[in-house]
Amino acid sequence: MQSGRFLHFPRLDRQIILFKGMIFMAMTMTQKILAAHAGLGSVKAGDLILAGLDLVLGNDITSPVAIREFAKFGKDSVFDKNKVTMVMDHFVPNKDIKAAEQCRMCRDFCDDKDITHFFDVGEMGIEHALLPEKGLVTAGDLVIGADSHTCTYGALGAFSTGVGSTDMACGMAIGKAWFKVPSAMKIVLTGRLGRYVSGKDVILHIIGKIGVDGALYKSMEFTGEGLSSLSMADRLCIANMAVEAGAKNGIFEVDDITLSYIREHGAAQPVIYSADPDAVYDEVINIDLSEIEPTVAFPHLPGNARTFSEIGDIKIDQVVIGSCTNGRLEDLRIAAEILKGRKIAKNVRTIIIPATQRIYLEAMEEGLLRIFIEAGAVVSTPTCGPCLGGYMGILAAGEKAVATTNRNFVGRMGHVDSEVYLASPATAAASAVTGRISDPREVMGV
Amino acid sequence: MKYTGNIIKYGDNVDTDVIIPARYLNTSDHAELASHCMEDLDKTFVSRVQQGDIITAGWNFGCGSSREHAPIAIKASGISLVIAKSFARIFYRNAINIGLAIVECPEAADGISEGDKVEADLDSGMIRDLTTGKEYRTAPFPEFVQRIIENGGLMEAVAKGIIK
Repeated sequence: MQSGRFLHFPRLDRQIILFKGMIFMAMTMTQKILAAHAGLGSVKAGDLILAGLDLVLGNDITSPVAIREFAKFGKDSVFDKNKVTMVMDHFVPNKDIKAAEQCRMCRDFCDDKDITHFFDVGEMGIEHALLPEKGLVTAGDLVIGADSHTCTYGALGAFSTGVGSTDMACGMAIGKAWFKVPSAMKIVLTGRLGRYVSGKDVILHIIGKIGVDGALYKSMEFTGEGLSSLSMADRLCIANMAVEAGAKNGIFEVDDITLSYIREHGAAQPVIYSADPDAVYDEVINIDLSEIEPTVAFPHLPGNARTFSEIGDIKIDQVVIGSCTNGRLEDLRIAAEILKGRKIAKNVRTIIIPATQRIYLEAMEEGLLRIFIEAGAVVSTPTCGPCLGGYMGILAAGEKAVATTNRNFVGRMGHVDSEVYLASPATAAASAVTGRISDPREVMGV
Repeated sequence: MKYTGNIIKYGDNVDTDVIIPARYLNTSDHAELASHCMEDLDKTFVSRVQQGDIITAGWNFGCGSSREHAPIAIKASGISLVIAKSFARIFYRNAINIGLAIVECPEAADGISEGDKVEADLDSGMIRDLTTGKEYRTAPFPEFVQRIIENGGLMEAVAKGIIK
């Protein structure tokens, strides 16, 4: 089985459009990227394909399992030392001896295989904030990562998806992965977001609407005139949480905002894929951005979305602002705007985590760190730590946290009887000030 | 492939954080992962699971994190097969890639009760509840997926040059 071939005989029920004598099948953005990387003229939902990869990612949790699997391959080198990347971000700086051993295994492997893009403490950031910043992903790429939030790079017009460690090992070995071509859901955005409303509120609203398996196995393709008002930080946040709706990937139509981001970060020449006008979608969802309100996902599913008219008086013990979802400079700026000149409520531990070294430095230069510290927050080196209940902010039984992270499953941030409420950086910062889950518009008097 | 075992039953949206909590992700040792399997959902699982047992569950089994530690923990705990109404997609491919048998069958997931003895033949797509005598049909795996499982996992198929 080699790329350029279907992995089974395509059924004859595909949609065929005869166009000037050519056989042409209408495809979504995602399907076009997959077809191009499989060396096929076209694909349709349900096809099993083997596709070439532009980047294979792993972290300090998932790479050790992949490294063991890779040994079965029996070869000394990876398929391309420039197309494999490992980011030490989950349990670093090493939280314990076992974490230290896992990082050492990754370090030794990358050293032995001469991997170009190995990011250790001092260079690392949270992987999905780091790779776009380093210009390692461009529009039209096909990326897999042994981390479920790899879908983040869809914001750049790439097909990127989370896989497991064995897929990562296979990717490192032969530069290919198997895929079942997904069908798609089209999300058409119109209007503009209101003040103190951001990409996080949009994606929580969408997951609340369609459910945590509402896009299971599908692509979520974002389009519409509303895109022009969404920053890259908003788009990266929205694509990041596509997996929380069960999606295989979330992908944004490429526009001038995408292209200038790609140029600014020195990424490779973009290849722009657009959906065919007659591409088939399972479902079309229209979202008027001006109607989105600050949204909070209640325990214990990201789909339990509520707006402030449905949120009562909920006292909190901790606030976390950071993660691959919301640890970008724009997120820190909005948190600082709210925390400036205010004090965090007594007994609310507020942990702010810039997602990369560069963001940390920029936040320092802009004076944001001073605002956080003066308000009574702590600022940490980049880490995934509290988001997955690893370290750096674990909850006790009965405690409640407002977090800008992406999951609020049972026990996600600590004790099984603790609770995580997912929200935007603005809502998290406002809640830190009042000690209760609070609407940032109210705290800011708008 | 045929699997026979007693049923341990769970509900919808069983996420990988409860299958294997992140506090145990500082290891990839199979036996150690198995010793914490399902800990945050069902503290009795580890003590009552028997070799060959079958899990049934609702919609979206294995949602959340991509951690392969989750199917590894389930397989290493002795579970032979997971029958669910649907699987989250990363869990689905991870299970195939490591050779943990899984099958989607909403009717079986609803109809089979905790403790029932069940026999499943994935080649024919037949699931039999030996306790109640009820039968359920599922679609067999696509040929490509069968080839991965037959070879013991994805990397075994790559090492043999079957996938290149």
